[in-house]
Amino acid sequence: MAEQSSVFDMIGPVMIGPSSSHTAGVVRIGRVARKILGKAPETADITFYNSFARTYEGHGSDRAIIAGLMDFKTDDDRIKTALDLAKEAGFQYKFKSVGNASVMHPNTVKVVATSGDRTIEVVGESRGGGVIKIGSVNGFGVGFNANLSTMIIMAADKKGAIAFIATVLANEDCNIASMAVNRKGKNDRACHVIEMDSKPSQVTIDFLKHLSWINEVIFIPDIDF
Amino acid sequence: MCFLFEDFKGWKQYCEQHQMPLHQAVIEYEVSEKEASEEKIWDGLANAYTVMKEAVQTGLTQDMTSRSGMINNGAKKVFNYPKPLLSKEFQVLISRALAAKEVNSCMGRVVAAPTAGASGIIPGVMVTFQELHGVDDRKIHEGLLVSAGIALIMEKRASIAGAVGGCQAETGSAAAMAAGAMVYCLGGSVDQVFNAVAITIQCMLGLICDPVAGLVEVPCVVRNASAAAIANSSAQIALADVSGVIPVDECVEAMGEVGQSMETRYKETALGGLAATTTGQAISKRVLIQDIEMLPDEDQE
Repeated sequence: MAEQSSVFDMIGPVMIGPSSSHTAGVVRIGRVARKILGKAPETADITFYNSFARTYEGHGSDRAIIAGLMDFKTDDDRIKTALDLAKEAGFQYKFKSVGNASVMHPNTVKVVATSGDRTIEVVGESRGGGVIKIGSVNGFGVGFNANLSTMIIMAADKKGAIAFIATVLANEDCNIASMAVNRKGKNDRACHVIEMDSKPSQVTIDFLKHLSWINEVIFIPDIDF
Repeated sequence: MCFLFEDFKGWKQYCEQHQMPLHQAVIEYEVSEKEASEEKIWDGLANAYTVMKEAVQTGLTQDMTSRSGMINNGAKKVFNYPKPLLSKEFQVLISRALAAKEVNSCMGRVVAAPTAGASGIIPGVMVTFQELHGVDDRKIHEGLLVSAGIALIMEKRASIAGAVGGCQAETGSAAAMAAGAMVYCLGGSVDQVFNAVAITIQCMLGLICDPVAGLVEVPCVVRNASAAAIANSSAQIALADVSGVIPVDECVEAMGEVGQSMETRYKETALGGLAATTTGQAISKRVLIQDIEMLPDEDQE
């Protein structure tokens, strides 16, 4: 059973037009990519798939993804001029259209962004009404909506890792709403995606980062905050 | 246990039982389901209505040209035309609905109410209504709560998405929300409010979603104006206690049934209706990206 809608799903959201799926949802995907990159991007290669491929200019999805990568929210007036603002900031971007990608959701966008020596790849789907799903991060299947606090932990595949992380979060009074763990192979790298009802403290995030068997911790707050 | 907005009959019963006005049940719902504070709800409504008023103003004062060129300052032309067809008020109503929707098409800030494609209707109707009837903002916010309750039921029983139920689901729902809100703000009875919704649905039933080039421009913008007019005609009829005969819940059910049986080409796919006309297709060819790498078909099952 789907969650009940809010009054502010009916009278809202407040957003920059024209389309909740092609504009607002795309801003959110861009913003998730920005949070994963962790800083302002210097370059971005963006691929629009399927339904996005033809209409991305008309719906302003190009401005929307760049706006998101510059950390603008869905109701930010600057979305309209995001391409100019990116140029002023020295942020270089390229767009590409790919059609007939039958394995992908009709409204899919892939972002490869770099800043310094860090490069990330995020694939996101805009599922209607501004709702998004992040399909993969750096090649790992993830599948979160970014409407809760989300943590992505890249770690070694080892026994007890899940229980350990869950305990650390429980001690922080963070309730886990969902948790998915994938690994490249046995004893290889594993990717934990954890959605929580509240934000863990920075100390906890730093503690997890500091552990020798954890390579990376990415924290993504509720995407509209 | 709060009322979950399953149907109109239940909403009325709940309000009678607890002796509360329609909008209070919507507040209770939001507080209980979303753990929102009443204060935050009123703030959210005030913010939404402010954005609506700004959108109307922006559309009537700033340049509104869309990237495709299909939308080109129509609202201002209508607003400034020297000869009102019916009355100055009607002309203003139409131009305001156009204005707010043009803002949406031109990448300005709007309230998706209930959706971005229908974002001109409630602003056009409520700003004009407030001006003519001198009701205060608080009353308008109550009206918006009632319209949210209407939409919650329509979402559950039919749809508010063009891709699911056609244009009737978007502009039809918005018009029903606006009509109900107006009757409520004028002190209409619960039956009158719901009758306004029923009549509006009857007028909007069957409308397909056939956007030229798949963009939220043609015919979306002019349909926001016509939906604003229909909201007003329905409210006028309902206030006089002229019954829509078919009860509101049955009208919503009919809308759901029509939406379900509507062919896919009439549901935001830009494959039918106006989108499929000769001119529609020529525009589509001109404005859409043609430089696309097509992946090969996957033969394996």
